[in-house]
Amino acid sequence: MTIMRLVILDNYDLASEWAKYICNRIIQFKPGQDKYFTLGLPTGSTPLGCYKKLIEYHKNGDLSFKYVKTFNMDEYVGLPRNHPESYHSYMWNNFFKHIDIDPNNAHILDGNAADLQAECDAFEKKIKEAGGIDLFVGGIGPDGHIAFNEPGSSLVSRTRLKTLAMDTILANAKYFDGDLSKVPTMALTVGVGTVMDAREVMILLTGAHKAFALYKAIEEGVNHMWTVSAFQQHPQTIFVCDEDATLELRVKTVKYFKGLMHVHNKLVEPLHSMKEGN
Amino acid sequence: MRGGQGTAGARVLRFTNCRILRGGALLREDLWVRGGRVLDPEKLFFEERRVADELRDCGGCILAPGFIDVQINGGFGVDFSQAADDVGSGVDLVAQRILAHGVTAFCPTLVTSPPEVYQKVLPQIPVKPGGPHGAGVLGVHLEGPFISREKRGAHPEDHLRSFEARAFQDVLATYGPLDNVCMVTLAPELSRSPEVIRALTARGIRVSLGHSVADLRAAEEAVQSGATFITHLFNAMLPFHHRDPGIVGLLTSDRLPPGHHIFYGMISDGIHTNPAALRIAHRAHPQGLVLVTDAVPALGLGNGRHTLGQQEVEVDGLTAYVAGTRTLCGSISPMDVCVRHFLQASGCNLESALEAASLHPAQLLGLEKHKGTLDFGADAVILYKSHPTPVSWPALDARGVRVPHWRPHPSPWLRHRLCGAG
Repeated sequence: MTIMRLVILDNYDLASEWAKYICNRIIQFKPGQDKYFTLGLPTGSTPLGCYKKLIEYHKNGDLSFKYVKTFNMDEYVGLPRNHPESYHSYMWNNFFKHIDIDPNNAHILDGNAADLQAECDAFEKKIKEAGGIDLFVGGIGPDGHIAFNEPGSSLVSRTRLKTLAMDTILANAKYFDGDLSKVPTMALTVGVGTVMDAREVMILLTGAHKAFALYKAIEEGVNHMWTVSAFQQHPQTIFVCDEDATLELRVKTVKYFKGLMHVHNKLVEPLHSMKEGN
Repeated sequence: MRGGQGTAGARVLRFTNCRILRGGALLREDLWVRGGRVLDPEKLFFEERRVADELRDCGGCILAPGFIDVQINGGFGVDFSQAADDVGSGVDLVAQRILAHGVTAFCPTLVTSPPEVYQKVLPQIPVKPGGPHGAGVLGVHLEGPFISREKRGAHPEDHLRSFEARAFQDVLATYGPLDNVCMVTLAPELSRSPEVIRALTARGIRVSLGHSVADLRAAEEAVQSGATFITHLFNAMLPFHHRDPGIVGLLTSDRLPPGHHIFYGMISDGIHTNPAALRIAHRAHPQGLVLVTDAVPALGLGNGRHTLGQQEVEVDGLTAYVAGTRTLCGSISPMDVCVRHFLQASGCNLESALEAASLHPAQLLGLEKHKGTLDFGADAVILYKSHPTPVSWPALDARGVRVPHWRPHPSPWLRHRLCGAG
């Protein structure tokens, strides 16, 4: 089925519980030694609840990441890998250290590589060698960007070096003691095209500050100033959001998709488990 | 910090389902160990692309760094100040037995003795790493003989000395070579003490102030010359006075070299210091507190008469006196009891009590990179405290093997408090 789904939950916690979707997709895929599930992953505050749920499923024995390969969306340039705000640190503390993924299968761009463009090209190559991405999980910035594809980014862009927009730097300042001078100004990021290549895309967005971006992403046209809008042209995208994130949408849109919740819920109920030998 | 090249291939141990003392807090984190050192697992994951070889479930326990006792005169019948021919085996015995108290490194302490004793005993107590066989020897603590007559406490009067004639040369003539020495306690009011302190400090030996009638001014001058420790605060020194706080005033002195603070030892056995005094000192300067046992050879032996230095002592329950007097001469409370007593008396959190017995003594001795912490790169010397029933602190060596432990002290009120705290 080729469809854009908009799944609207009452609050952040319920939206985070849609980690069940990721869990089910992995298990239904039946990953094994010859068949790895490839997952694209985000950082930031929005997916934290989702990561916690995935860890919970893992600790309960319902989900293993042994045959999962991950590719993160982005990483800052020039920040030491062990800096508490690097995306390597984020992924280690919030996800990798709690699960059973093989470290060789956890791919994150190296923002300290000697040749940054070569690093980006190598990343694209690794994705290709892994057979492409089965499910790319992402977030959305208040300015409608996906990964660090800031307004104006090409909608067919690939993994590359980007200078961050002032909006992004301001939004990130809270992680750097509020000191703008400490915030990195450049990052390596997957391109819009890179994410569009994924077989399936799941965008998580919660909070009123994301509402305008969601409106621009799904109710207006495809536009490189709101790069998430590119996913209107993706065959299988699911947006998972909370009530607050829908505040800028037309009532009609919200009612339509809420009316489809019984269909959406079939995607996550029942929650599969690897214990059943699925 | 990674271990040497040889450890890169060694097995990686991961202690999970535990809380670890790190950065002054008890964190819900796993502890990773390789080659006897605490390992940075994030670095292992991203750089070496490795996972743990072995997982140990700690059942919710607290993991803490081993305790360090910088003032212990002997124990289990062994007296470090006795000029024996085989001092080494006495030290080994104590080292092995104090593991059960959670002490994994210590400074054998010699009280005031004649030069012959120092020159016979010191060469027999080399610095030695610890292990399952026993706590490590960090260096000898020489308490005396350059101390005050009035405040000698249990130290024998006949063997007190001064260095006013030849300063550091007198020190060398008394002790002999100082290779195995890591700390000297002296009274700063003795004439020429600043130059002696500077000479000792220049050799990397810590200088502690104690058994002294010094006023605050003399004490501050001693610190400016390089002294960094106070031996058993309140005991064997002038009492605090509001117009001349004496050595006790160092805790809040504004005349210390910039960036430096003073460390001070306290015997929190419930006998040597009133809990209110313990609290005053701790609240005035929590970062400087170092818990010590000042244990005497009677530690672990029970009631009766025993030897300490050149004197006889009488043990009665938890108290040890100079035989025939009411002068206290050291405690017989093991370190884990001191930690628990301090926790209860001060009302501080468990993290502070643990740091007072591990991190702070390591900082005093300049060893905090490898000892007294569970930071990455530190020696993996771990105490394991089961929860919720707090018992003694069996020490785990780097392989996570529990060494045999001593019977726990019954302390019902502590049990309750530790349950609540952690």
